[in-house]
Amino acid sequence: MTRHMPWLRASPDDFRERCDAIDRMDSMRIGALRDLSAYELNENQLLRLARSLDKARFDRDDSPLLPFTLGLISNATTDFLVPVLKGTGLRHGVALQVAAAPFGITLQAALSAECGVLSANPDAILLALDFRAYFADHTLHDVDPDSAVNDAIATLRNLVREFQAASGTMLLVQNIVAPPERLFGSLDRSQPGTAAWLAARFNNQLLEGVLGPGVCLVDIEALSTQIGVANWYDRSQYMTARLPFAAGCMPLYAEHVLRVVSAIRGQSRKVLVLDLDNTLWGGVIGDDGIDGIRLGQGDPVGEAFGDVQRAALALKRRGVLLAVCSKNDEAIALKAIREHPDMILREADFSAFQINWADKVTNLEVLAKRLSLGLDSFVFFDDNAFEREHVRKSAPEVAVPELPSDPAAYVRVLMTGGFFEAVIFSAEDRMRSAQYAANGRRETLAAQSRDLNEFLRSLNMQASFTIHGKLGWSRFAQLINKSNQFNLTTHRYTEAEIMAMVADPKTLTMQVRLVDQFGDNGMISALICKRQDDDWIIDTWVMSCRVLGRAVEEAVLNRLAEEARAVGVERLVGIYLPTERNGLVAEHYSKLGFAQLATEDGSRWALNLSEFAPRTVPIVIKDCAAE
Amino acid sequence: MGSENILVRLADVFRDVFDDGEIAITPQTTARDVDGWNSLANIRLMIAIEVEFGIKFDVGEFQDFRNVGDLVAGVSRRVD
Repeated sequence: MTRHMPWLRASPDDFRERCDAIDRMDSMRIGALRDLSAYELNENQLLRLARSLDKARFDRDDSPLLPFTLGLISNATTDFLVPVLKGTGLRHGVALQVAAAPFGITLQAALSAECGVLSANPDAILLALDFRAYFADHTLHDVDPDSAVNDAIATLRNLVREFQAASGTMLLVQNIVAPPERLFGSLDRSQPGTAAWLAARFNNQLLEGVLGPGVCLVDIEALSTQIGVANWYDRSQYMTARLPFAAGCMPLYAEHVLRVVSAIRGQSRKVLVLDLDNTLWGGVIGDDGIDGIRLGQGDPVGEAFGDVQRAALALKRRGVLLAVCSKNDEAIALKAIREHPDMILREADFSAFQINWADKVTNLEVLAKRLSLGLDSFVFFDDNAFEREHVRKSAPEVAVPELPSDPAAYVRVLMTGGFFEAVIFSAEDRMRSAQYAANGRRETLAAQSRDLNEFLRSLNMQASFTIHGKLGWSRFAQLINKSNQFNLTTHRYTEAEIMAMVADPKTLTMQVRLVDQFGDNGMISALICKRQDDDWIIDTWVMSCRVLGRAVEEAVLNRLAEEARAVGVERLVGIYLPTERNGLVAEHYSKLGFAQLATEDGSRWALNLSEFAPRTVPIVIKDCAAE
Repeated sequence: MGSENILVRLADVFRDVFDDGEIAITPQTTARDVDGWNSLANIRLMIAIEVEFGIKFDVGEFQDFRNVGDLVAGVSRRVD
């Protein structure tokens, strides 16, 4: 399937089975269908969704839809479009009814009660008139081109006025697109009477002469340009069924119509919540440092992240609030925002910050409280698939654009996803972000969101441990030497030293790998323990911050205790050596139930294995055979 | 893709288009055998099949198919 909407997840392979299963449920189907509508669906799938929705419309549900009736007048066939619009409505939280005028009706007859549009008491009326409604195909117009455009505009303006007078509702009108075929070539643009000239002239006059209070544009020219006008028009389907544009474009068209509908209802999003590492800059600030992150000119990756920042700044200028939600050490991250020479967004551009190690759903709730806005006005922009899925599951009101692996494609997702669609740009919008200027206050975090554990269990996490692994030592060394944040001792070792430890039977080296439903995270934690009498001294314990808050530490401790007992070790001794970067793990050993030893600097912690009971973790342990 | 395989996937499309999970088709099935297979449904079926298989029929080709067997052959020519 051709993907037109990369900001949505690709449709699931088992879409039909999931619809069948929902059809068999006897309540709560609407919420389940709404979840499905959040994927990119083709016209068949949207038809299926619309039918399942019809069957479910009397279900009691936690997420009731807002009813909306759309009147639809077109010069082409709309039968196939109606279910696509309804299915797309679900994505926007709207129970859409469409009152469509029959095909072939004259525009005047559309005003009559028998036609069914006005009698349905529509909340808005869409005049879906395309190029062919006004102009003939191909030829230089045989009447005066200027008056042809004037007549076309007059036709549309009169229709708008009559529908406004008869219904008092909002009118949506479309601009037009010249078919891609050209009569001369580049000359068409300046030659009166060609399709290109007529369409351009018409679209300009539409802005001045038709749009206004109560009349909004659906910008067909922009959406057809986005996917290519040659893909937009399908002559065969027009000849066969009078389809105004290619059937494959119906889902994208419906998405644009529903965006305008949502904007009319005041349901656009207001806040862009941004992650930092690998979202606003390349790399991990806590590990790579202010000189190591990639941002700015001279490096294509750095330019890609600068591009994201520039787009976010433009959104701020039009009244979208920016906020940061990042798992990081706050002081380190803020220092980068303030001091990195290539930062385009600075501290004052953000209305709120939540930079800490707590889960992101909790942080979004805090942000919502801080800004006095609902979660349904938030867009959550984060490169991490785990975080995106957590937010989708636990805070479904938040819009979560899907991000591709290529950071150069982030801006396309952000700026074509339609999250901030508006039908008006007011003086208040220009001023908005000043009203919400960050005031330096930091809310204390509420208790960790209740359903986090449930979510973690749903991820199908599988950890595997390799003891004395001779393979993987290169990544093992890299983890140990690159990690700054989740690093208890910041001991650094050369590869030769590591090889020697792997071979030493009195030293334990442990590699930890993690797989979850998003894929293989690879080796995410590394430990070195050295035997001292009946103790194991935990010389090194590092972990990738990407997997923080997922109970990996507990799973590691369970395994460490098991290994220790097997070789007659009675006590684990952990060391925490504070640095500027590793404040994150200051409480690591106390959280795991170690007791602080009465040493001079208080850096040592001990756990008697006779008293240790393994912890319950939401992770399945897969064993790797010792190599 | 073999004819059998195409027929199985076509049956899914028929079930979607005619909103009937029980529908069964064979190469001999014609429009007269299926409730609701009118001219509008015929277009919907054409579009749905083009989407399902990622193919495009030539103009008029779909309307000339006499039965599901012709349709399977038409799809088969394009997907192989």
